[in-house]
Amino acid sequence: MATIPSDPLTTIRAFGPHLSAGTRGTSSDQPDRLVKTHCCFCGQQCGIQLKVKDNEVVGFEPWEEFPFNRGMLCPKGVKRYLQGSHPDRLVSALRRDPDATGGFRQIPYAEAIETSAREILRIQQQHGPGAVGLLGGASLTTEKTYLLGKFARVCLKTPFIDYNGRLCMVSAGAANKKAFGIDRTTNPWSDMVGTDVIWVAGSNVAECSPITTNYIWQARELGAKVIVQDPRITPVARTCDLYLPVKPGRDAALFAGVLNMMIQKDWIDREFIGAHTVGFDSVVEYCSAWTPARTAEVTGVPERSLHAAAELWGTAKSSFLFHARGIEHHSNGVQNALGTINLVLASGRIGRPKSGYGTIVGQANGQGGREHGQKCDQLPGWRDISNPDHRKYIASVWGIDEAEIPGPGVDAYEMFRKIDKGEIKALIAICFNPKVSLPDNQFITRALDKLEHFVVIDFFLNDTAHHADIVLPGSLQEEDEGTVTQVEGRVIKINKAVDCPGDARQDWIVIQDLARALGRPKGFTFDSPRAIFEELRIASKGGVADYSGITYEKIDRQMGVFWPCYSEDPKTGQPTPDHEGTPRLFEPDSYNPVAKGAGRFYFSDGKARFNVAEYRAPVDDASEEFPLFLTTGRVVSQFLSGTQTRRIGPLVNQYPEPRIELHPRLAAKLGLVDGQWATCETRRGAITLRAMVVTTIRPDTIFIPYHWPGDKSANRLTVAAQDPISKIPQYKVCGCRLRKAEGPPEYAARLEPQQ
Amino acid sequence: MPVPAHLEFFIDPSRCIGCQACVHACTECDTHRGDSMIHLEYVDRAQSVQTVPVVCMHCEQPTCAEVCPADAIKRTADGVVQSARKPRCIACGNCVVACPFGVPEVKIDRQIMMKCDMCYDRTSVGKKPMCATVCPSQALFFGTREQMLAMRPQSMPTNQFRFGGQTITTRVNVMVPRTPARPPIVDVTAAMEDQATNRTVRLKVFSAEEADPFAAVEV
Repeated sequence: MATIPSDPLTTIRAFGPHLSAGTRGTSSDQPDRLVKTHCCFCGQQCGIQLKVKDNEVVGFEPWEEFPFNRGMLCPKGVKRYLQGSHPDRLVSALRRDPDATGGFRQIPYAEAIETSAREILRIQQQHGPGAVGLLGGASLTTEKTYLLGKFARVCLKTPFIDYNGRLCMVSAGAANKKAFGIDRTTNPWSDMVGTDVIWVAGSNVAECSPITTNYIWQARELGAKVIVQDPRITPVARTCDLYLPVKPGRDAALFAGVLNMMIQKDWIDREFIGAHTVGFDSVVEYCSAWTPARTAEVTGVPERSLHAAAELWGTAKSSFLFHARGIEHHSNGVQNALGTINLVLASGRIGRPKSGYGTIVGQANGQGGREHGQKCDQLPGWRDISNPDHRKYIASVWGIDEAEIPGPGVDAYEMFRKIDKGEIKALIAICFNPKVSLPDNQFITRALDKLEHFVVIDFFLNDTAHHADIVLPGSLQEEDEGTVTQVEGRVIKINKAVDCPGDARQDWIVIQDLARALGRPKGFTFDSPRAIFEELRIASKGGVADYSGITYEKIDRQMGVFWPCYSEDPKTGQPTPDHEGTPRLFEPDSYNPVAKGAGRFYFSDGKARFNVAEYRAPVDDASEEFPLFLTTGRVVSQFLSGTQTRRIGPLVNQYPEPRIELHPRLAAKLGLVDGQWATCETRRGAITLRAMVVTTIRPDTIFIPYHWPGDKSANRLTVAAQDPISKIPQYKVCGCRLRKAEGPPEYAARLEPQQ
Repeated sequence: MPVPAHLEFFIDPSRCIGCQACVHACTECDTHRGDSMIHLEYVDRAQSVQTVPVVCMHCEQPTCAEVCPADAIKRTADGVVQSARKPRCIACGNCVVACPFGVPEVKIDRQIMMKCDMCYDRTSVGKKPMCATVCPSQALFFGTREQMLAMRPQSMPTNQFRFGGQTITTRVNVMVPRTPARPPIVDVTAAMEDQATNRTVRLKVFSAEEADPFAAVEV
């Protein structure tokens, strides 16, 4: 019974989001200790020291020795400490109760665990193990994601597990797998400084990964030219050397057109292509149709700029290309990412200092969270759940029969379609707020209503948890330890600063308590994250994402370890306890266990793959009826669905509510003035927000940030079209129309900005 | 301990991304908890994402101190202009009006002027100011002149500013491009046109003579 128990407003009044204070502590407070750890938010994973006093995080101190950010932090990092000791913090288990204030009543933790276990067992007995689904997330530590994958397959025996990285990293991951046979940024960020050209494809670096800005601008300081491809002039685009104002959803066409120009001018590395790649000929053939005129027409980027891009990229001696959600959040996301890889491979500039390729991860563990088995088709060590050898090895680590491991499940969105069809009847969710974050989220709401049993593990009552039957109080990042893998592929250590408050438990304990209550505790008796990590080391051994040589101590000593890090030399089999990890991939003399010396890339012939990166028009493209492009994204002060950041007072005050960005030309046509209420409508729904009239966006495009729920939610508008390979949703484009609203929306008088 | 003379503050507005990390970090200071002493503004958000961070410039001859009728503002020997001294400040606001950089603010509720003191609690014990430590684009930098010159060959520090007849020398430097800066990209439509347009900041984007490439787009 997962309908919301009471008027949502009463739930919001009881459980928030309410705002934290602006600061904590006073000048007389001397912290008991400083804990070296990392920020809980994005994939940059900046080092930070938390000030702890009396089991409370009271502030922060920069950690200037950590090599990635050297003390730098964005506003989220500065104020992240305020999520602890928050009035909204869940300190006991909750049970759905329409008669209780806010629709939930506190119950003992043990009772909550037993209630959920009983319901899960009942549903599995009636409908089979696959009637239960599990949703994880990429903000969890790698230990937790590993445990979740194992919990789904071994304890729940369901194929249906997936994670919120489905909304985030999967297009990049799928493209990397197809082109390189390994899925990781190729170079440490420090390689950017000193390079000739940096191409930023669809990444609002300044707002989504602020620390990367300093790397780009330090490179520019030393002479690098910067190309930015974006429908909006972001802070990084403002001073770039070449700005490509691409129409949303046309990225693959742009890459094909530019590569065609490079081929025509012979600005490609034929020697590298011949020696280290396969498949170039079919790419040449495909790209030949992308003449400058056609490319300009489709992409909205003038020919002169396409030529400039081809020349800058084609004639560079060293280069760095990276992309993010701007090109990945598309029903053509994998093709878009492959288009960038083709540009990189054709240039031959990879696998050496100052030349590389990277995908900017969105979440804390966007990299590690996609490697060890919480993806529907994956087993630990970046192994494939459909590969018999991989299954056999993992079954041996888990002490079960290979046949007991279920086959591949389905992506997170498809799981909701299965819920809607009544095939999945119970859902366990952690670190995922799909009611805000999935596209066409009114469908998600309807699907949630159909669940027979819904358990949420979280530290705040997130918007999706309003539908929960049982809420289990989990842990904040600072209440647990474990590893995450940040944007560069560097495995780092999150350190515990404080204990969980009240009845709250560390997430891995909650999962194991569920396993025990389900009567299947075997394999779920770890006594610490370290114990989980030790098993993960073994489980990842021999996989492409090999963590076997990584220890907590080595991470501390080296301030991070780049995977793969082998416990045994893949060539000789000799123990390598001092293996330092692999900061840079594909170096000329490198050896990897897949190619076995045949070459640098992770295929049996050692060669990288060119893939035809085909342009396809977006689903639900701009049309006569819906003539504008809607694109969505982040603002610097908020993070994902805002479960944490919409509760931190100073971050809310910085950008309290979503606004619709539009160009003055469009505003003039619509009779809209900056600050007025405007209604944006798509085939899914409509929302009314204030207009923000700026020259920094294409006149045929509007932008709405997605961090808010309900009547302010951009994902009420977005389309649930997905990439056929990666299943990433097409958040970055759909057709919409915009009009001046008659007056303020109904919510304006009822809700606080963050609610 | 004084702030060491070889450590200087540098502001590079061309790097600022407007993220407000500095503003938030400033509010964490023990001496003015909850209040930021940094001014971070959009120049004109309708036209550009350009933002400018302003901290106290720590003038050699501080105008704020010169106009203070209560002698509440002192410059220490290390060149740092301290915030108003509580027993003396009468919150008259002379300094607010007089400062050519617009730095001091009078806190009405507390009846005192407050401003950036270059994180004296940190810089006087060998640490960097909080804003310059966290700034993710390093638009705010604290270190030696040699470091800065090596890192930023495209621009040079200046610390002399003219306001009418008044020339002010400051302890804080502003980075100025060595060659005339390429005008920034401010309007998307300029980048969408076939012919490169003159890249000057156009205050009016609706020029009547100009052909509108979106004239045919139905919206």
